[in-house]
Amino acid sequence: MNVDAPSRHDPHLPAGALEGAWQRHRRDLPLISAANKHKLRVLVVGSGLAGASAAASLAEQGYYVSLITYHDSPRRAHSVAAQGGINAAKNYANDGDSVTRLFRDTVKGGDFRAREAGCFRLAELSTAIIDQCVAQGVPFARDYGGTLANRSFGGALVSRTFYARGQTGQQLLYGAVQALLRQVEAGRIELLPRRDLVELVVVDGVARGVVCRHLVSGQLETWTANAVVLASGGYSNIYYLSTNAVKSNVSAIWRAYRKGADFANPCFTQIHPTCIPSGDVHQSKLTLMSESLRNDGRVWLPATQADGRAPEAIPEEERDYFLERQYPTYGNMVPRDVASRRSRERCLAGHGVGPGGRSVYLDLKDALARDGKAALEARYGNLLEMYERITGEDPLVTPLRIYPAPHYTMGGLWVDYHLMSTLPGLFVLGEANFSEHGANRLGASALMQGLADGYFIAPATITAWLAGQSQPEVGPDHPACRQARHEAEVRIAALLAPRGRSGGLRPVDDWHRELGHLMIETCGISRQGPRLEKAIAQVEDLRQSFDQEGGVADLGSARISNSSGPGRGIHSELEKALRLQDYFGLADLMLRDALARQESCGAHFREEHQTATGEALRDDARFGHIAAWQWRQDGPPQRHVEPLRFNEITPSQRDYQ
Amino acid sequence: MSATLRISLRIWRQQDPSLPGGFETHRLEGVSPDLSLLELLDLLNERLIGAGERPVTFEHDCREGICGSCGFMVNGQAHGPRAATSVCQLYLRQFRDGEELVLEPWRARAFPLLQDLSVDRSALDRILAAGGYCSVNTGQAPEANALLVGRDQATSAFETATCIGCGACVASCRNASANLFVAAKLAHLAQLPQGQPERQRRARAMTERMAAEGFGSCSSQLECEAVCPKQISADWISWMNRETRPL
Repeated sequence: MNVDAPSRHDPHLPAGALEGAWQRHRRDLPLISAANKHKLRVLVVGSGLAGASAAASLAEQGYYVSLITYHDSPRRAHSVAAQGGINAAKNYANDGDSVTRLFRDTVKGGDFRAREAGCFRLAELSTAIIDQCVAQGVPFARDYGGTLANRSFGGALVSRTFYARGQTGQQLLYGAVQALLRQVEAGRIELLPRRDLVELVVVDGVARGVVCRHLVSGQLETWTANAVVLASGGYSNIYYLSTNAVKSNVSAIWRAYRKGADFANPCFTQIHPTCIPSGDVHQSKLTLMSESLRNDGRVWLPATQADGRAPEAIPEEERDYFLERQYPTYGNMVPRDVASRRSRERCLAGHGVGPGGRSVYLDLKDALARDGKAALEARYGNLLEMYERITGEDPLVTPLRIYPAPHYTMGGLWVDYHLMSTLPGLFVLGEANFSEHGANRLGASALMQGLADGYFIAPATITAWLAGQSQPEVGPDHPACRQARHEAEVRIAALLAPRGRSGGLRPVDDWHRELGHLMIETCGISRQGPRLEKAIAQVEDLRQSFDQEGGVADLGSARISNSSGPGRGIHSELEKALRLQDYFGLADLMLRDALARQESCGAHFREEHQTATGEALRDDARFGHIAAWQWRQDGPPQRHVEPLRFNEITPSQRDYQ
Repeated sequence: MSATLRISLRIWRQQDPSLPGGFETHRLEGVSPDLSLLELLDLLNERLIGAGERPVTFEHDCREGICGSCGFMVNGQAHGPRAATSVCQLYLRQFRDGEELVLEPWRARAFPLLQDLSVDRSALDRILAAGGYCSVNTGQAPEANALLVGRDQATSAFETATCIGCGACVASCRNASANLFVAAKLAHLAQLPQGQPERQRRARAMTERMAAEGFGSCSSQLECEAVCPKQISADWISWMNRETRPL
C-alpha cells in the first residue's frame, strides 16, 4: 500500500461542522465577473442529467459552452431510462426524514467507503434539486391536494423518493435538456451531437480540449476550451450485457485516465437485483425493472430444489420468501447488493426458476389483492407493459421473473470536493466520477447526484478554478492538439488494417461478449482472489488476441460526401472497436482493484471475507480508504490511497435484519 | 422452448444521400422468437461483417423504448404493427414463421437521410429550442410545494411530456407534419402553472419554427396517434389549434 504525499489526492474537504459546510465553503470561493465569463469556454462531454444540467447552468452564468454527445439529440442520453425516482430530504411525508438522515443512509448504504463531507453536501442539495425541477415544469406525481407525492425505496425506512410514474429519469432529463436548448437558442451553447471522444488534449498539465470522431462524416475534430467537464456516465457495459444503453461506454473517462486523471475504486460496480434475465446469445441488453416494484412485490423461490411446477401451482407454505425470512426488518427492501447476492446464492443452491434456473420470482399477488389492479397500473403502468412486451407474460397474472444484472458503476475518475480530477482543469460529474455512493449506491440516488453535480456544484467550483487561472491561448493548431489528433489517427489506422486470421471479419461484439462473460464470472456479484488473478492473465490474452487478430474492415468509399477522415463515414464497427480497446484496459484495472481490496464492502464481495451469516465483512483498519489508480506508461498502474475519516457516523456492520 | 422462426428482411440500403438506394433481401433461419427485431438486425450485421460487407445502419441505444433513438418503417407502419411500441420493443414472436418484413427509413423532407435506415431528426430539437421550456435559471426556483398542481392535471401534463421525440408521428403523416410532437410539448407546459408566463409566446414560436423546418400541415388523418409509442392523443392537435389562434 502506498500512502502518498497528500497533494495528489487531497480531497480539499471543508473545515468545521458538516452541516452548512458547503454553504460556508461556497461563500469564500473566488468569482468571475459576468463580463469576463463571456470570454471563457467550457467543454462538456455528455448530455445526461449531469452534463445537461451543468451545461445549462454554466451558460446561464455567461460562459460559452460546447456540448459533445454521441447521440443525435441530447434528450437521448441514458439518464432518460432511469425509472424509479429521485431522493430528496424534504420530509413531506412527515415520517422523520431530514438532511442528516439522508446523509446517514447514503454513507451507510455505501458501506462506509464514501466521504462524509460529500454525502452531507449531496443530502443538503437534494431539496434544491426538487425545487429547480418543479420550476422547470417536471411533472412529478402529485397527491390529490396538489402537493408532491413520495414513495419509499430500497435501503431506506422513510418515503423520500419523488417520481414521475416509472419515467422519472426521462422527465428530469427533459427538464435539463430543455434548459440546455434554451441556451442553444440564446447562442451560449454550441451543440455538437454525433461525436465520440477519442482523445483528451492536455496543455502544460491542464485539460484544454478533446479530439473526437464525427460519427457521420468519420472526420476527426479538435475542440478546445478553458476547462473540460466529463459527464459521460458509467461503464457497466464492460460486462457486455447490462441494463445500460448499448452504446454507453467508458472511453471518455478512460482516455482521461491515460492522460493523468486517476481512476478511483473501479471494482465498485452495482449489480441490480431486479432485471429481466438473459436468454438467447444474441440478446443485446438486460432490461431493468425498477426496484420500486420491491415496494409491492415479494421476492420468493420454491422451498424445494429444482421445483418444476408453475408458480401458481406452488402453495404458500412451499414458497420461500427468502429476503423476508433473512431480513425481517427491511424484508424485500434491503439494499441492492444484498438482494442480488441472496438471489444468486439461492439460484446456485438449486432453487432458481426459469431457463437454466437463473431467476427468482417477484410476486405482485398480495399487492394486487390489497390495492387492486388500477392502483398498481397507476403506480407502475409502463414497467408492467414493458415486462409483458419483452417476455410475453402478464405480471399481474403470473409473477415476474427477475435476476441481477450490472446496472451502475460507483467507481469512476477520482475527484476532490470541487469535482476536479487529478488532472487540473478536468472536472468529472455524475456516474463518471467515483464520488458519493461509496461501495454501493442506494436506489433513487443517481439522479440526485447527477443533478447536484451539474446544477449546483460544478458551476460554482469551475468558476473558482477558472478565476485562479491565467491560461495560454489554445486553438486546434496548438502542438498539443496536433499531437492528440495524431495519436487518434494512429489508433484508428491500426484498427482499419487488421492483421492475422480474422482480417476484420470477426465482429467486435464477439470479442466483447467474451470479455463480458469473463468479467461477470470473475468480477461480478461475487469475487475471489485466485479467480481474479487468473482473470487478469485471461484478459491480457484476449486483449493481445484482439490486438493481433481484431480490427474492422475499411469501408472507405471515395464517393461518400464530406468524408476524407479516417474510418470514412458512418462506421459502427469502428465505434465499437475503439470502445472495446478501452474496455480491455479497464477490465485489467477493475480486476487489479478487486484483487487489491482484500475485504468485502457494499457491492464488492470477496468470498474470503464474509461474516458467519454471509454478509460483507469490511476491514476498516486496512481498507478504510479510497483506492485511486494512476496510469503509467511503462508498467502496471500504481495504487494510491486516500484515507477516509468518519467523524459523524461510526462505521458499523450494515445490518438490515 | 418455442420453435424457431424463418424471417426475410427486405431492407432499404443507401450508403449516402448522394448515391441511389435500393432494397436488399436477407433470409434468416432458425431465429428465436424471443429476439427483438433490432437483435435480428444485430445478427444480420454480424453475418454481413463476417462476409466482409457493410452492416446495416440503424439508430438504437437504450433498447427499452425510452431514448427515442430507434425508429423505421416495418411493412409500411412506423415502429411496426404493434401499438404503443417503439421498434426496439418489437419482438419476433409478433411475426409468423416465414414472414417478410420490409424495413424503410422515416421519409420526410425535414428528416434528411443519413444512411440505410438512419435519418437526421435534429429539426425536432430546433423546434424545442424555439420555446419548449420554462425560462427559469438554476437557483431561481421557489419551494417546490409552493405551487399546488391537482393530481389529474399533473397526470395529464405528465402524459403529454412522455413524448420520446422518435419522429414516428412525422414519418407516418402524409404531410410529414410534426403537429403531434409540438402539441405534446405545448400541452405539457400549458397544463402546469409553471408554463403560464410564456404560454402564448411559446406556442407561437414553436409552431413557426415547425413550419420553417419544412414540416407539413395537419390534415387530421390521425396516423400520428396510431403509431405514437407513448400513445399521445391527437386531440392535443385540436387543442393546439385553439392555443395558437390569434386573440
